[in-house]
Amino acid sequence: MKMDLALPSATPDPNTARPLAIEARGMVKRFDGFTAVDGVDLTVPEGSIYGILGPNGAGKTTTLRMLLGIIDPDAGMRRVLGHERPHEVAHAIGYLPEERGLYPSMKATEAIAFLGALRGLPLAEGRRRGRVLLEEHGLGYAADRQIRQLSKGMAQQVQLLGTLVHEPRLVVFDEPFAGLDALNQGKLERMIRALAGKGVTVIFSTHVIAHAERLCDEVAIIAGGKVPFAGPVDVARDRIPPQVRLETRALDGPWRAALPGDARHEGAFWMFSLPESGIEPLLRALIEGEAGILSLSIERAGLHDAFVAIAGDAAARALEQDEEEPKR
Amino acid sequence: MTAPVRTGRLSTLAAALVIARRDFGAILFSRTFIFFLIGPLFPLLVGGLAGGIGQAVQQSADRPVLGLAMQSHDVDAMLAARAALAPRLNGELPEFVVVKRLAPRARFDARAALKTPGLNLAAIASGSPTAPVLTGTGDRIGEWRGPLSLVAAQALGRGPERFPEVTLAGTATSTADRHHGQLSTAQGAQVLLFLLTMMLAGMVLSTLVEEKGNKIIEVLAAAIPMDAVFLGKLFAMLAVSLVGIGTWGLVGLAVRVAHGQALLELAAPAVGWPAFFALFVIYFSMAYLLLGSVFLAIGSLASTVREVQTLSMPVTMLQLLVFFFASYAMARPGSGIELAAQVIPFSSPFAMLARAATDGALWPHLIGIAWQVLCVAVFIRVGAALFRRRVMKSGGAGGKRQRRSLVELLRTARA
Repeated sequence: MKMDLALPSATPDPNTARPLAIEARGMVKRFDGFTAVDGVDLTVPEGSIYGILGPNGAGKTTTLRMLLGIIDPDAGMRRVLGHERPHEVAHAIGYLPEERGLYPSMKATEAIAFLGALRGLPLAEGRRRGRVLLEEHGLGYAADRQIRQLSKGMAQQVQLLGTLVHEPRLVVFDEPFAGLDALNQGKLERMIRALAGKGVTVIFSTHVIAHAERLCDEVAIIAGGKVPFAGPVDVARDRIPPQVRLETRALDGPWRAALPGDARHEGAFWMFSLPESGIEPLLRALIEGEAGILSLSIERAGLHDAFVAIAGDAAARALEQDEEEPKR
Repeated sequence: MTAPVRTGRLSTLAAALVIARRDFGAILFSRTFIFFLIGPLFPLLVGGLAGGIGQAVQQSADRPVLGLAMQSHDVDAMLAARAALAPRLNGELPEFVVVKRLAPRARFDARAALKTPGLNLAAIASGSPTAPVLTGTGDRIGEWRGPLSLVAAQALGRGPERFPEVTLAGTATSTADRHHGQLSTAQGAQVLLFLLTMMLAGMVLSTLVEEKGNKIIEVLAAAIPMDAVFLGKLFAMLAVSLVGIGTWGLVGLAVRVAHGQALLELAAPAVGWPAFFALFVIYFSMAYLLLGSVFLAIGSLASTVREVQTLSMPVTMLQLLVFFFASYAMARPGSGIELAAQVIPFSSPFAMLARAATDGALWPHLIGIAWQVLCVAVFIRVGAALFRRRVMKSGGAGGKRQRRSLVELLRTARA
């Protein structure tokens, strides 16, 4: 086997000076006249957990496939771990596609070793590591069982371990939580955090905002093949002003004039966006106007609200439908 | 997991080896290989049975039976005469069956007797040995006039009293005999080549479809170049087939050693058996790689077995035509047709193999092999390009987009 262990250093992120695991500019992919991905820009810092968030059909998988070199973009550039041709660094990448699959007649250990061998790991070492990984994840008893003899969940875990057996620097998951029960979703979230803790860059696509919100340092919001936002989760959330929830004893009074224009009454509460001038002038007006403040809370916008604001109502509705789909 | 072993980038050949090793192991220890091994037995068995039955029917149809309807002493004399002559004439005399022993001056209607149900006679000899009358259908009785008159003469005691012994001095072969035998060898080799390539091309196609069904193709596409997947699959099946041929060769050798003769005695090819075997393996490899690359490219367009069957049917029919063309060309040595069969890539391995059986010169094979290697390289390149472009697009949503014209596909491959 031809071994090429040297990897060039990745381009640093101009904002954070952190090296970039992935850099893509203006990536376009068309299929017979249909533009699946339309000028996507991404910068994924090394060691980060990066989410690509969007409804089904938004272009997430096509974007990931272009980043991995499975298909080539029709326009634009991509640089993965410093290489414009991703296959040149395939040995440093792990990939779990949305549609998972293994050879049914292969034994679990062999399947892991084979996935490692595809990434340049010698088969014998792959078998050894495969056994260790299976033991570590409570699947040691299944090491010599054929894939067809395993449950769907176990087979998925075997494939996940095969994705990691060669100790990649960059791991790409396409909809990794799809088809997993709550318990296994939790295990996968812990595994992703552990990988990032070791300095591995993890990039995953999802249509479930909660996963991205819990895990990601940065997200790219994708809808209709375009990326209207890509950056830190906090920056996305800051696109929407924090929401104020106010409860007063007095129902009416001159203090009402101090409330912002978007204030609405919901039950016992007034809800409105935090004014640009801050909370202090409002507080003063409420006190002076004897509103009788019973409670006041300021909540930062969630990623869902940010998604609605950035991607639009239609994309948000599609996302909600996709989230509901597996429950039906 | 802190082992010192580190992974490194795989070259295309190393990646192809990973795929080939997996496929080779998977196929070798599967039912597919068993079917591959016993596959050639089926045509042999069917051919043997059909041949045997056909021969029996032919023999039955060709063995004429003549009825005898004469006076009793004439019947006995005719039967004795036939018995005396038959061993000398090596089955050339028709069988005799007594239809009726007639009383003196009794009349016999041979035409009516021939129409009797259950009396399955070609003709009836009546009258007497002095003046035999042969009644039967006009087109055949002429053939038996001579034999019947010979038997009648013998019955009348006018035949030779004794037959001189003829000394037989046989030769192993003649030029015509050898040429005929070599043509048979060439024909047998072509049939075997055709069966093997068709079987293997179909198998390589089904493994690809299975792979797409298992959804593993995307994992492969992400890890290694598609060219490596293509090459790995192609060469894995070639290696499997060579193991199969090796197994058959060893079985044949074992039978020859055990019995002192081969199951099928074929005339020695003009280039000699060792060179012929070597050329068979080379031409088989070329024929398989040419056809396999076409089938794999087809496989990349299909996502279900039904689609594979639909798409591969024209190629299978074309291959059948190529086989017939090569067989036809074999019987016309030195003609433009033979040259065309040797030049056209798909028929070239068949035509050159036939040439090896009938012509001892080796240099044309060097040219033929070089030409075929070039064609294989081009076919693999085009096939791999199609495979790379289409394999991740067929199936699912991409299925709608795969119904493109051949011209469009070739344009894609060239791009």
